[in-house]
Amino acid sequence: MPITYTSGEQIEVYRFSIPVTVGAPLLALFLQAFLPRRLPFFSIFDLPLLVTIFFAMARRNPISGLFTGAAIGLVQDMLGPYPIGIYGIAKTVVGYGASSLGAKLDVENVGARFLVTMGFYLVHAAVYFTVARGMVNLTLDWSWSRGILAGLANALLGVGLYFVLDKFKQRT
Amino acid sequence: MESLLGRYRNLIILVAVLFLQVLGLAVQVKRSGDAENTRLIRRWAVDLVTPFERGLVWAQNSSTNLWHNYFFLRGVRAENRQLKEQIEQMRLEQVRVREDATQAHRLQSLLAFKEQFIAKTVPAQVIGSSGSDLSWSIYIDKGSNAGIAQDMAVITSGGIVGKVLRVYPSTSLVLMINDQSSGVGAMLEKSRLQCVARGTPNGELILDRVMSDEQVIAGENVLSSGGDQIFPKGLPVGTVSRVGPGREMFLSIKVKPAADLSRLEEVLVVTEKQERAPLEAESGGRVRAADILAQRLPSVPQKPAEVAGTSPSGTAASGATGEAATATGEKPQAHDAVPPLTGTGTGVEVVKKAAPKPATGDSGTNAGSRNGAGSSAALKAASAGSSPTPKSASSPAKPVMAPPKPSNAQPTPQPATPDSPH
Repeated sequence: MPITYTSGEQIEVYRFSIPVTVGAPLLALFLQAFLPRRLPFFSIFDLPLLVTIFFAMARRNPISGLFTGAAIGLVQDMLGPYPIGIYGIAKTVVGYGASSLGAKLDVENVGARFLVTMGFYLVHAAVYFTVARGMVNLTLDWSWSRGILAGLANALLGVGLYFVLDKFKQRT
Repeated sequence: MESLLGRYRNLIILVAVLFLQVLGLAVQVKRSGDAENTRLIRRWAVDLVTPFERGLVWAQNSSTNLWHNYFFLRGVRAENRQLKEQIEQMRLEQVRVREDATQAHRLQSLLAFKEQFIAKTVPAQVIGSSGSDLSWSIYIDKGSNAGIAQDMAVITSGGIVGKVLRVYPSTSLVLMINDQSSGVGAMLEKSRLQCVARGTPNGELILDRVMSDEQVIAGENVLSSGGDQIFPKGLPVGTVSRVGPGREMFLSIKVKPAADLSRLEEVLVVTEKQERAPLEAESGGRVRAADILAQRLPSVPQKPAEVAGTSPSGTAASGATGEAATATGEKPQAHDAVPPLTGTGTGVEVVKKAAPKPATGDSGTNAGSRNGAGSSAALKAASAGSSPTPKSASSPAKPVMAPPKPSNAQPTPQPATPDSPH
C-alpha cells in the first residue's frame, strides 16, 4: 500500500473513481442551486465548499486540491450573476490550504474535521469578500456573528457529509 | 534554480492559477458588459445543471398535482363557496375601480400622458437559484426560444420580482430586486416621492437616497415609477416596513417586497410593452378641456393687426386658446393644431366629470397596477405639481360649472363613455 510520509507520521492518501470525482461536485453544485428555492435556510450552506475541502484533505495533494477548488469555484461562478472568478479564487485558496494541511495533519477524526471546515469557511469568506469588494466593487458587509454562525452550520453539515463521502474513498 | 522551482512548485502553481483568475476577473470587470464575454461558458454550466432542476421540478409538480387534484379534495366545497362570495365582493370593488380608472384615463388623455401598458407576458417556472446567499437570482425555465430577452421585467401577481439578466435558449437568469446590484425606479404611493429601490447584501430591499426631511411612514406602498424603462409604472414593489435615520442626511427605509421573493414558484415575464396615450387622446375627435374653457372665458382684447383679415369668431377662439395655453403652461402655438369645436358637449362633459371628484389614490392605483399602468399615479403626480397643466385644469373648472351654452352645443350632454380604455 503506497503511503506518504510527512513529519515522520504515516498519512494515507486516497483517490476516488472518476464518477465520484465528477459526480460529487456536480451534485453539490446542483443541490446548492436547487435547494435554497425550496428551503430558504439552506442558502447558509456552501456544499461546493465542503466538497472542495473533503477532496483536498483526502487527496493531500496541493496541486490537485487547488485545481479541484478552482474548477468547482468557477462553475459556481458561472451559475451566478456576478463576474466569473470570485468563487474560483476563494476555492482555489481553500483547496490548496486544505490539501496542504491534510498532508501535515491527521484530519480524519471528527473534531479535526469540524475545526478545519469552520476555519476554511472563514478563510473562504474572507477571500471572497476581499475579491468581491476590491475587484468587483460589490458592497458586501461582513458580519462576524453571521460568519461564525454560518461557519458552525457548515462545519456540522461537513462532518456528516464527509462521513458519507468517506464511503467512496479508495486507497492508493 | 531548478531545485528552487522544484521546492516551490506548488506555491508557484498556486500563484499562477490565482493570477490567471484575477486577470480574467479584471478583464470582465473592465468590460462591464460581462454577459457577452462569458456567455458561452456560462451556458455550458447552466446546461449542465438545469436539466436536473427541470426534472426535479417536473417530478415535484406532478406529484403535488396528483395529490391536490385527485386525493386531497377535502374542503373544496366550502372553499368554493368562500371563493364565490369573494368574487361577488370583488365584482363590486371592480365597478368602483373601473369608474376611477376611467376617470383617471380621461384626465390622462387631457394631459396627453403616455403610459406603458403590459401587452404580453410569458409565464415561467422557477427552477433554481444561483446557489449563494450573497447573490439573489433565480433561474426560470423559459429562454430565448420563448421570446425572452435581456432586461425584460419579471413579475408575479403580488408585485415585481426582478429583471432578466442573462438569456439562454431554454433558461434565463433573473436578477431579483433585492440583489445588491439591482435597482428599481420607485415611488411612494401617497406622497408620490420618486426614489430608487435597491437590494442589500443581506437580501433586503431599501429605498435609497431619500432625504431626511421627507415624510415617509411605515406601511406606505411603494410602486414602480417606470423611470427605469424596465418595469411599467404602477406595479407594486413593496411596503415600507421601517423608517429610521440613515447616514448623513438620508433616511434609512426598509421595504418588504410585495412578491414573496424567497418562495417564488411561477413568474410572468413581460415580453412586450406598449407605450401609448389613453385611447381618448388617440381618437382625435375629442377636444381639449383647456380649449373649451378658453372659449368660454372672457376673450382678450384683440390686437389691431389680428383684427384685420380674420373672422370675429375665429379670432376670438384662437386668441382665447392662446391665453388658456399660456395659463396652462403650454406653448401657445400647439393650439394652432386644435380642430375647430364641433361637439363641445363632449368637452364640457369631460371637464365637469373631472373637476368635482378627484380620483382616489388607492383605487386608481390598483386599477393601474392591474393594467400595468398607474392611472391615478399620473394624476396625482400632476396634482402634486410635477406638471403645470393640472392646476389650470382644476382652477378654471369653476366657471365651467355653469357654462353658457354655445350655439352648437347639444342640449343634454351624453354621459362619459364607460368603455374607456383601461
